[in-house]
Formats: sequence, C-alpha cells, structure tokens
Amino acid sequence: MFVEIGKTGANVDLELTGEWRALQIAQIDRELAAVELPAGSALRIGTQRLTALDLTGAWTLREFVRRARGGGREVSFSGAPPDLLRLLDEMHASADAAPSAPAAPPAVPEHSAVLASIGRYAVRAGADMVDGLGFLGRTSATFLRSLTSLKRLRPISVARHVYDAGLTAVPIIALIGFLISVIIAYMSAQQLRGLGADIYVVDLVAIGVLRELGVLLTSIIVAGRSGSAYAAELGSMKLNEEVDALTATGVDPFEVLVVPRLLGLTIALPLLTIIADLVGLAGGALLCRYLLDMPLTQFVGRLNYAISPSTFWVGLVKAPVFAVLIGLCGCYRGMLVRDSARELGRLVTVAVVQAIFFVILADALFAVLFMEMDI
Amino acid sequence: MYPLLEVQGLVNRFGPQLVHDGLDMQVAEDDVFGIVGGSGSGKSVLLRTILGLQRPQAGVVRIAGSDITHMSAAQLRGVKARYGVSFQQGALYSALTVLQNVQLPMMEHLELAAQERDELALLKIRLVGLPVDAAGKYPAQLSGGMVKRVALARALSLDPSLLFLDEPTSGLDPVSAAAFDDLVLYLQQHLRLTIVMITHDLDTIFRTCNRVGVIVDRRMESDTLERIVDNPHPWIQAYFHGERARARRGAAHGA
Repeated sequence: MFVEIGKTGANVDLELTGEWRALQIAQIDRELAAVELPAGSALRIGTQRLTALDLTGAWTLREFVRRARGGGREVSFSGAPPDLLRLLDEMHASADAAPSAPAAPPAVPEHSAVLASIGRYAVRAGADMVDGLGFLGRTSATFLRSLTSLKRLRPISVARHVYDAGLTAVPIIALIGFLISVIIAYMSAQQLRGLGADIYVVDLVAIGVLRELGVLLTSIIVAGRSGSAYAAELGSMKLNEEVDALTATGVDPFEVLVVPRLLGLTIALPLLTIIADLVGLAGGALLCRYLLDMPLTQFVGRLNYAISPSTFWVGLVKAPVFAVLIGLCGCYRGMLVRDSARELGRLVTVAVVQAIFFVILADALFAVLFMEMDI
Repeated sequence: MYPLLEVQGLVNRFGPQLVHDGLDMQVAEDDVFGIVGGSGSGKSVLLRTILGLQRPQAGVVRIAGSDITHMSAAQLRGVKARYGVSFQQGALYSALTVLQNVQLPMMEHLELAAQERDELALLKIRLVGLPVDAAGKYPAQLSGGMVKRVALARALSLDPSLLFLDEPTSGLDPVSAAAFDDLVLYLQQHLRLTIVMITHDLDTIFRTCNRVGVIVDRRMESDTLERIVDNPHPWIQAYFHGERARARRGAAHGA
C-alpha cells in the first residue's frame, strides 16, 4: 500500500505511505490511478508517513498533482511538500525557458517516398562502388610502392597471414574437399552404373573437382573464415582508433594492414586449392575402389586419359583472383566501420556475403572466358 | 545500523599474483568515499568485486547488509537494481541513442509505459546538465565530458541510493572536471546518494569526498579526508604531499 484514501465531505485526503521508489513505481501508478477525484473536489496530500521518496517517485507524484490541478481541483500539501518536488519544479522552469526541439522534417507523400528510397539506394550503391574502386586503387598503389624494398613488403606480417588464412584452414579444407568428391562420385556412380559406364565416374570427379569445385569451395570457406576475420580485425581497430594512431605516427595503414593480408591470402588460397584438389582426387579414388571395385591402377590410368595438364591449371589460376576479391571485400568493409559495435557486425556480414558473391560471379566469368578460349 | 557497503577480509588472487590480502572497507550512508591507489594496486578489481562481476577467493562484500559474494544470479539481479555504476570510459551502448541508453535499465527493471519512460529518461538527462537535444544523439557524436554525463544519467536511471563512479573526471579538462565535481555534489545532496568513487584527481577528492580509502600493500587504509592526509604511510605521504599535490595546494592557497 502506498496511498491511503480518506474523505472529508467533498474533499479527498491522500496519505502517502511506505517507500516511493523507482522499483515500486508500477504498483504506485496503479494505486494513484485508482484514486477517484470528483469534479470540484479539493485534494489534500499528507507526506508525513512517507519513508522514502526518490526522483522517479517524486516525478510520479508531480504528474498526479498536475493532472488533478488540470481538472480544476485545489491541491494542497499538509506540511511542506517534499524537497524533490521543488527540485523538479526548478528543472521544469529552466527547461521551459530553453529552446524547444527542432520541428520534424515535412512529411513526404507515400508514392514519392518509394521513389525517393529507390533513388537514395541507387545513389548510395553508386557511391559505394566508387569508394570500393578507390580502395582497390589505393591498395594497388601502396602495393606497387612497397615493391621497392623487401622491408616494406612486411614479410613477417605476410607470413603470419599465410599461417592464419592457410595453414590453420588445412583440416577443414581437406575435409570439405574429401566429402564433396565422395558426393560427386557416389551420385554419378548411381547414374552411370545403369549405362555400364562406370569408368566415367573418374572423369566426372577429376574434372569437376580440379576445374571448379576444389577452388570454388575453398574460396567460399576462406571467405567465411578469413574475409570475416579481416573485416572484424580492421573494424575493431578502427573503433579503437588504432588505425588513426598508425596514420598519426606516419605509418600507412594500407601498407601494414591491407597489403600484407591480401598478399598472405593470395599465397595461401592457391596452396589450399592444391590440397583440396589432392584430397578430392584421393576421395574419388577411395570411393571408386570400394563402391565400384575399380583397382587403383585403373583409376590412375583413366585419370591420365581424362584430364589434360590444363585442367588443373584452369582451376588453380582462379585461386589468386578469388583471393584478391575476398581480401578486398574483407579489408574494405573493415575500414568502413565507424562509431558503433552494431556497424561492425553489419559490415562483417556484408563483407562475407559480398566476397562469396564476387567469387561466384568471377567464377562464372572465368567459365565463359575458358569456353571461348576452348580450354 | 550497519554500513551501506562493507567489505571484510577480501582476498583476490590471479595465479601467483596476490592483489588484495585481507582488505577491509566500510562506507556509511551519505558518505562520498574516494578510493585511491597506485596504478596496478587493484582499484578496478576491488570495484569489480563489489559489483559482483567477479567472485573473490575469500572475504565478504555486503551491500545494505546482504552478502553478495554467495548470492545466486537471480538474487544478485535484485541487488544490482539498487546501485548505479558509471564506468571509466562511459561504456555507453554504441548502437543506442543517449535516450535509449538511459532507458535501458528502466526497461529491464521497471514496468512503465513508453511515454512515462521517455519523460523520466529526459528528466535524468536534464538532471545531469545535458541539453534535451542530446537525447537523440549516438555516443560517437558526444564529447568526452558529455559521455561522462550520459554515463552518470544512466547510472541514475533507477534512482539508486548507492552510486559507483570509476574515474569520473579522468580525461576531462580542469574546468569540465570541476563542473562534474559540482554536479556530483549537487546530486549527492539533493538525491541523498551514497557515492563510492575511484579517482586519481586530488581536486576531486578535496572537493567532493568526506572519506578516503587508500589501497596500499594489498590492504586499505581508510579515514576521513582531514585525517588521511596525516597518515604516516610513505605512499600516502607521497600522494598527498608530493610535488604535484604541493603545487596544487599552493595554487589553492594563493587564490
């Protein structure tokens, strides 16, 4: 109980009791709302039995008194009103003197709001593309400049990124490469066995893994692992003003942060692709041995016949291109982070999604290119 | 009548490193208690222990008589609604506006309509001396002094009777720092707050604190402000009577 209601004639006496604190405010609100105030009545509020009153309690009381007065009722306190009410009155008096908040911008009619948002989106996407190109240009320029000396290429930093993006990814890349080739071999074996064309399973596995799937899946996994790591690392460095600190000490953040990451990834991704290819072929051989009873010598013989040297290189040559795309997406989005932790999360997501998108787009372009070249 | 905050025989150890070894501390109601100590003396660890962010190896921390070191998470939640904390760097939620930052504790602990919550949060924002149009801004748009004030407004969100301030004036220019000290005093008097603050700032200590605890040799020497300056411990002597302290006092007397 926080409010005791008494009546003398047409007048209402409220006796406030207990602790009027923020944590009890819901209960206090309910009890105040239950107080009936007949029109024209006078209200007297007693505060002697109030054991505690904090600012939230005082504000609630003040709002109640204001509403009662707004209804044309007399409100008086028996004894002095609590000090905090005076504090609130003073604050409101000074606030009224202060200029009011600026008016909201004029409302836009709905159909043009749709157009406006499409336009805004297009403009932003265009600006984003220009910025991305600028980032690519600055990275390339920095890379060319740092080619002048080994020290400026930061070999230690590059090695660390080869380790982080490459060596630590070997188990997962090998596992995925193995599983994918097993899936292809199994699926194609089911179809081809009916035609008595078991031997073509080898062709499918070899060409599929070497030309497309080895490099594509490796790139997608690396985009998820390292692309996100780059965006998150650079993003939190931006939030922590570490990038500004580098610039202020006269160190180019592109030279120490962006270029080593791109170089490291460009070295690591082809190596990972070779591992995925090897494990993929091994997986294919294993499945052929146990599912199709094809001896290993026959598998290798067919493999030699099915693929030409270019099959392997056609897959591998894409790896550095994909690596640059993934590294650029990660670093660019990371460097865009400003102000807040939410921004960091958003841009890491964008980095990974765009990296995967660009990898697949580039793969499609490569497919067309190689077809035209008859490879 | 028990003290509002009491620490007894606190032991904190990280591996081989002993941070606190039988630390005692008492803060009575209406005190403004300053915690002082050298870098690495365990001020922040002490604060984290009092806030229940980490459990000590031994010892008792009582807030309003109840021991928080052995509480369940649910019980601790109830205690946490009764004190406010302002962290050193502000620790404002960067994705929320100032108004939302101040409202967050209310949303968690109070049943209030959205409009009431807005008005109460605006009240707190005005209370700490910020303009109303700061309410819609994001933490990244605020100056260092404003961040400290928003952190204070958020700490006051639930009208606590106990307030913890971690280095409230660090990083502020002397004028802003003095204004912040005045604000703390004003709030302390009008809202009847008990304040525990970690600070290095001698001006802040002399302006606001009535009791001071110095962490030396993994324990705490605490006394009233007038008496602690005469404590014979060499670090305390160096702190209150060193070169920088003398220069400040000289300037104060000259003025």
